[in-house]
Amino acid sequence: MKKLLILIFFFFHIAIPLLAQEKAVDTLAPKTLTEVIVIGKKTQLSQKQAKPLTTVDDYLQQSGKVDMVKRGGYAWEPLLNSMATERTLVTIDGMRVFGACTDKMDPITSYVEVSNLSEATIESGQQGSCHGATIGGAIDLKRNRSGFSDSGWEATLNSGYETNSNQKILGTAINYTASKFYIDTDFMFRDAGNYDAGNHEEVLFSQFRKFNISGTSGFSFKENKLIEASVIYDKATDVGYPALPMDVSLAEALITSLKYEYAPKLPLLEKWETKIYYNTVTHKMDDTKRPFVPVHMDMPGWSDTYGFYSKVNGVYNAHHFTADLNSFYNRSIASMTMYPSDPSENLMFMYTWPDVRTLYNALFLEDNYVLNCHSSFKFTASIANHFNKVSNELGLESLQIFYPDMKDSKNRILKSFSAAYLVDKSYFSYSLGLAYGDRAPSVSEGYGFYLFNSFDRYDYIGNPELKNESSLEGNASIGFATEKFSAKLMSSYFHISNYIVGKPDDSLIPMTIGASGVKIYTALDYATIFNTDFSLEYQLMSNLKWTGKLVYSYGKDNHQDNLPFISPLRYASSVQYHINKFTSEIGVQGNAVQSQYNPFYGEDRTPSYAILNASAGYSFVLDKSKLGLKAGVENILDTYYSTFSDWNNIPRKGRNFFMNLSFGF
Amino acid sequence: MKFQIKNIIAIICIALTFGSCSSDDTAPTVNELEGLTKFKEITNTNHTIELYSHQPVQQGYNEISLKIKDNASGKYIQNAAISWLPLMHMKMITHSCPKSAIETAGTSGTVYKGTIVFQMAQNATEYWDLKIDYSINGTAYTATSIIDVPASAKQRVTSFTGTDNVKYILAYAEPHHPKVALNEMTVGLYKMESMMDFSVVDNFKIKIDPRMPSMGNHGSPNNVDLTQAAADKLYHGKMSLTMTGYWKINLQLLNANNEVLKGEAITESVPASSIYFELEF
Repeated sequence: MKKLLILIFFFFHIAIPLLAQEKAVDTLAPKTLTEVIVIGKKTQLSQKQAKPLTTVDDYLQQSGKVDMVKRGGYAWEPLLNSMATERTLVTIDGMRVFGACTDKMDPITSYVEVSNLSEATIESGQQGSCHGATIGGAIDLKRNRSGFSDSGWEATLNSGYETNSNQKILGTAINYTASKFYIDTDFMFRDAGNYDAGNHEEVLFSQFRKFNISGTSGFSFKENKLIEASVIYDKATDVGYPALPMDVSLAEALITSLKYEYAPKLPLLEKWETKIYYNTVTHKMDDTKRPFVPVHMDMPGWSDTYGFYSKVNGVYNAHHFTADLNSFYNRSIASMTMYPSDPSENLMFMYTWPDVRTLYNALFLEDNYVLNCHSSFKFTASIANHFNKVSNELGLESLQIFYPDMKDSKNRILKSFSAAYLVDKSYFSYSLGLAYGDRAPSVSEGYGFYLFNSFDRYDYIGNPELKNESSLEGNASIGFATEKFSAKLMSSYFHISNYIVGKPDDSLIPMTIGASGVKIYTALDYATIFNTDFSLEYQLMSNLKWTGKLVYSYGKDNHQDNLPFISPLRYASSVQYHINKFTSEIGVQGNAVQSQYNPFYGEDRTPSYAILNASAGYSFVLDKSKLGLKAGVENILDTYYSTFSDWNNIPRKGRNFFMNLSFGF
Repeated sequence: MKFQIKNIIAIICIALTFGSCSSDDTAPTVNELEGLTKFKEITNTNHTIELYSHQPVQQGYNEISLKIKDNASGKYIQNAAISWLPLMHMKMITHSCPKSAIETAGTSGTVYKGTIVFQMAQNATEYWDLKIDYSINGTAYTATSIIDVPASAKQRVTSFTGTDNVKYILAYAEPHHPKVALNEMTVGLYKMESMMDFSVVDNFKIKIDPRMPSMGNHGSPNNVDLTQAAADKLYHGKMSLTMTGYWKINLQLLNANNEVLKGEAITESVPASSIYFELEF
């Protein structure tokens, strides 16, 4: 702790002389490597999207860096640069939220709705270290906010229907804006039954029902000062997970924040933003509807997070700098109660997450140095203190069965540095970057107790003595763009030391009935991951555009064995045609055969697939009202398929007709 | 352990520092019967013998404390020399059971303590009685009474004949309150010399394999086999329990040459050993 304080002082001493200087007239904006996926603007969801009312997951999948692990029809887990939740960072407007499910059935993206969000920014590797420690990168889901204007009331009604799964979607967005005040509210409800895979094969337990309600309100009490409060309440009930042995009876989140924004009339500082936040997540698994259950279990989990950040943006000569001080305090607790078939026996109880408290404090600094009108340097550095404590006596003593000398707390220092050089000339653009970053083990990796993974069918035991995982990363991109044609190739390479995986321990007896064994989290010397995506866009005619995407990934450990969830070659290609208010799109997407798989992680060879989608839309404008209609067919040929990231090879949706309607007035 | 020693030293240091400023400190009175419940009084013309135990006396290993009250003065007797003899009165025969000597416990010198292992429970026609012989200042006294020894809900004691044709008794002593943790475990091992005479067996080894039959025979890791401690002659080891519920502690008894005298290792086809204890918490 002392060391950290010294470092913080050290950083401030560097920063202070900078702040005392005068502001430069330089107006060149720095280039960034951030990928932005637009979801909505004010009340209206993106009408450029083939299916505007689709899930957040579907929007994110547009990125060449994102894949989704699918355990059913709902709540997919994002993979960023082929890395799952533990190695990535998903934030909502910079807020840390942690899922409460030990089986990763509730990624953060499942607690927001498309109507809440304006965009998602995807940052690869250490570019995403602003809001916390990460290896693979960060996704920040940015909330919708109207801002100040005099447009008064605005309302949108969203409605959708999908034939496959019989999904009904209903939503509203009502906003009011004035010059010094705004309030945005939105509501969305989804109800879906089981979906059918190709060939009309019903996928049992793939139903879900959820609603999401949110509000954001801002008040400007001086021309350069703003206070904003925001709340999201999301509740999903009766969510089926066909790939897992259990479903979910409740996944509930309350996400709140209060933000103060100040644009000082100072020469150096442009913006100072401070936010405090609180969120609480409750997750309850449910096996009561499954036909064959050896032992009925209750598996509830809770995660509460308190946090804040304070972020300053400024400009000094050609330096665009950011300093961000952020903290969070999280409490993760999960338990398992098993009901013996003989009801006279006592209930069997254990803590699967032993009330783990995490206190995280970090300082992040960024300098974007604009060399000239077409090139810039970007440097980031962060240092963080990550403190874990096991607060439950029973949980601590449970883990001490495995680690007799284990202490109840552990402190870690996490570091991150990155440097990038970006050039953006009239036709060519390119970038080169190098970075280093650490992460602490997740709650499951550090403190999980008999967590069953239904993919490799092992019970997992956490390891509090794990070292930090650290990544050395190199990235490069090259782009070429003319008015009609653009092409971009982006690659990143990660060398990850102390790569955390579960290793089987044959001496241990599994807890879950039917499990193959027990794995203890341990670290491989290193693993390497390489991702590259190539995208093309060609304006064939003024109203006809072709886009194509090709993604290749590679992941090996130090024994040259394959890492899990590495995508085979995947591609997407589509043609968009628009005339006046009419838009249409036809596209194909597919994967090559997954030949780089590893049975050690429960993977098998997944055959190649390709599906065909088509959609069309029309926008009507009547007086001040606007009606957007989109309809389409997904998987037109009703192909039966599953992808490399479908948990236990559950098949994906077969042919699906959808219609989305959005009426704004 | 280190931690405890450190703490003790710290407490002593604190006690010395603070204790030195006042001279008339009195030693705090410790309730020597803390946590114990009186379950029986045996009276003869001179004395009343009060019997205490931590848990209700039942089939299995029982720690019993006793005090002798002078009926005339109401005072508790110090420095008595005590021995006891539990007897099972069966239809055809009478036999005793393993028992320890009785020693003074605590500082007042009025509380005496020992253990008795009732290897069987009473029933409608068969019962246990306890004879206590004691002498105070050279005068011998005796008192006898029937005591209740109900069957235990879960198996806490097992008697069997080993492959060496010796009759053994294994009795679960501790932990009294098992936890989801690595528990310190204590077991008593005795052999039957005759109907009246039982002795502690030395230098054997007891292997344990805790299992949960209700959870597909889930087993726990890092158990430590029980070996004999020089101090109390009991067998000590470590038993890990990964969750609450019903546990079967499968046992194997090994002699000093590491030969298995009784009990089986647990495998797919052998879900339980022929000798075991049961726990439920």
